[in-house]
Amino acid sequence: MKAVCWMGREKVSVEDVPDPQILNPRDAIVRITSTCICGSDLHLYNGFMPTMEQGDIVGHEFMGEIVEVGPGISADKLKVGDRVVVPFTIACGNCFFCQRQLWSSCDNSNPNAYIAETMMGYTPSGLFGYTHMLGGYAGGQAQYARVPFADVGPVKVPAGIPDEKVVFLSDIFPTGYFGAENCNIQPGDTVAIWGCGPVGQFAIFSAFLLGAERVIAIDHIPERLQMAQRGGAETINFDEVDDVVQALKDMTGNIGPDSCMDAVGMEADGHGLLYMYDRAKQAVRLQTERPIALRQAIQACRKGGTVSVPGVYGGFIDKMPMGAFMNKGLTMKTGQTHMMRYMKPLLERIESGEIDPSFVMTHRVPLTEAPQMYRTFRDKQDKCVKVVLDPWADGAKAA
Amino acid sequence: MAQAASIQPGNARGGSTRSLDVQRWGALIGGAALALYGLSRRSPLGMAIAAGGGALAFAGARPNAKREPIARSSVQVNCSPEKAYQFWRNFENLPRFMHHLESVRVTGDNRSEWVAIGPMNSRVKWNAEIVNERDNELIVWRSLPGSEVSVEGSVEFRRASGDRGTVMDVMTTYRPPAGAVGRAVAKMFGKDPSFLMRQDLRRFKALIETGEIPTVEGQTHGPRDVMTAAARMMDPDRPLPRGASMTEVAAARRRAS
Repeated sequence: MKAVCWMGREKVSVEDVPDPQILNPRDAIVRITSTCICGSDLHLYNGFMPTMEQGDIVGHEFMGEIVEVGPGISADKLKVGDRVVVPFTIACGNCFFCQRQLWSSCDNSNPNAYIAETMMGYTPSGLFGYTHMLGGYAGGQAQYARVPFADVGPVKVPAGIPDEKVVFLSDIFPTGYFGAENCNIQPGDTVAIWGCGPVGQFAIFSAFLLGAERVIAIDHIPERLQMAQRGGAETINFDEVDDVVQALKDMTGNIGPDSCMDAVGMEADGHGLLYMYDRAKQAVRLQTERPIALRQAIQACRKGGTVSVPGVYGGFIDKMPMGAFMNKGLTMKTGQTHMMRYMKPLLERIESGEIDPSFVMTHRVPLTEAPQMYRTFRDKQDKCVKVVLDPWADGAKAA
Repeated sequence: MAQAASIQPGNARGGSTRSLDVQRWGALIGGAALALYGLSRRSPLGMAIAAGGGALAFAGARPNAKREPIARSSVQVNCSPEKAYQFWRNFENLPRFMHHLESVRVTGDNRSEWVAIGPMNSRVKWNAEIVNERDNELIVWRSLPGSEVSVEGSVEFRRASGDRGTVMDVMTTYRPPAGAVGRAVAKMFGKDPSFLMRQDLRRFKALIETGEIPTVEGQTHGPRDVMTAAARMMDPDRPLPRGASMTEVAAARRRAS
C-alpha cells in the first residue's frame, strides 16, 4: 500500500510499504477513505518531537471501512463493512483510567510505556503515528491501517454523510470541544482563544455552545481570523497590536477573559525579545518548546480564571509565569482529548445539522501530494487551514 | 492492620539491603583482623584462625560475590485477587508475559519445569517447587537442588484500597552457577532485573485486564536507515533473543538525507 513516511526532519515521502496485518485479537484493519494532516503533525515534521524513527508511518486523523477484524472482536461491536471514524488515541476500555472515562490516559495501549515514563513519570495512551514514546503505532496517512482495541475506539457513521463532515471527529472537533469544556465556561463568560487553526475554530464553536457570551480569537493569519469572525468571534491580530495582554484588558474593561485557551502549543509565533530567546533556545535544543501563547494566556487570564491547554507540548518550557499563575489563583486544565466521551454526541450534532465541520477544510488532495502539502500547511501558504488527503485518488492502487 | 502488615515487609527488605553491605564490610574487616591475630599466634590453632579469617576477608572483599541479582517490583491490576492469583498460580501462563521464559511445564502438584532463554539462543533449565502458598494471597517457589540455576520467587496479592483491584508485590532471586551457563545467565539478568520485571508485570496487567499485550512488533513501516535499525536492536525491552537478528539492520537502506 501507499503510506506517508517520516524520513527525517522536514522530510516526508510517500512510500510503498507492506499492508498492515492483524497482530492482536482485538485489532481491526481499516481501508482508509479520508485522512488529514494535523497541526500536531507539523511538530513531527519540524523535528521537535523526540523518538521518531525514519520509516515511521504518520497520521492520526482517519476514517474508512473495516475490512478485517481480529478474533477477539464480537460482531455486535464491529464487523467487516462498517464505516468508522477512528479516534487518534488508543484505549483498551478495561483499565482503571478507561473505566473512569480518562481514555487518553489508558494504561494498556502503549507498548513503549517505559520510554514515556522516563519523560513524564507515567505514560499516556498510545497514539497513531506519533513517536515511539507514545506507542510507535503506524499511522493513518496511508491506504490501510491497523487499529488496536478496535472494539473500543472507532465510531460507526451511517452511509450518506460525506467523509469531510465526519472525518474531523477523529481529533480536531472533539479536541476543540474538550478545550472549551476545560475552560469551565459559566453563562456570560468571555473566552480568549490563542490560535485560529482548525482546533481553535472548533473551540470557538464549542465555547458558544457551552454558554460563552464573547469569544476573542488571537492569530496573525488573515484568512484564519476571518474564519473565526464568521464563527462569531471578535479577533486580535497580534501583528497589529503592541501587546496582546493589554489588548485583551482593553476589550474586557481591565478585568481580563474568564478563561484563556492555548490552542497553539509548542511552536507558537510571536514578537519581541522573549520570542527571539525562545526560538534561539529551541533551535539549539536547550528547550523543546516555544510557549509564547501559554505565557500570554496565563498573564491575560482574569483572577480566579481557568487556563485550558489543548495545544500540544512535548517536554520542558522556560519562563513559565508561575508567579502570575499562583497569585491570581488560576486553574489549568489540559490533556490529550478523551475522545470516546465526545465522538458520539458530536456526531449527533453533525447529523442534526447543527454544525457542518467541513468549513475548516481548504484542501482536499491525493495522498501522493502529502509531501508538498506538509510544506504548504506548515508555511500557511495558499490560505491553507486544513488538508484532507484521499488515499485512493487518481486511481492509485495498492502496491 | 492490613496496611501496617503490608508496610512491614517493605521496611524489612530495605533493612536487609543495607545489612548486606554491613555484612560485607564486616566480613572484610573482621576477617582481616582474625587473619592477623591468627598469624601472630604462630601455632596450629593460629594458622587455622588465620585461614578462616582470610577466607572471610576474601569473601567480603569480592564485589558481587554474595550480591544476589534480585528483581523486585509492584503493580496494581484492575481485577480481583482471586483472578490474578489463579492466573499466576498456573505457572504455564508465565511465559506469556515473562519474555525471558520459553516455557514452564507443570509436572506435578507443586512441581514445574522451567526453560529460560539466554544470550546466543542458549537455554537454561531448572525444576521448581512451590514451597509456600496461601490461596489468593501468596505463592513462593524455589528451584530444586541440582538445578542449573538457583531461583527463588514470591508473589503476594492484596486487595487495593478503594476497591481498585489488586496490588501485587513480586520478587525473584537468581543465583547463577559457575561456568559458561552461569555467566550467560548473569549477563541476561545483568540487564537490570528490576526493569525486566517491571516490563513483565506491565504485560501481565495488560493481559489480565484486556486479554492481550499491546505490541507494534511486526507492524508495517517504511524504509528504516541503518542507525534506526541498530537503535531498535538496542531497545532494552527487546525480547531475548527472539527476533533479535541482524537482518533488520542488514535490510535497512541508508538514505541520503
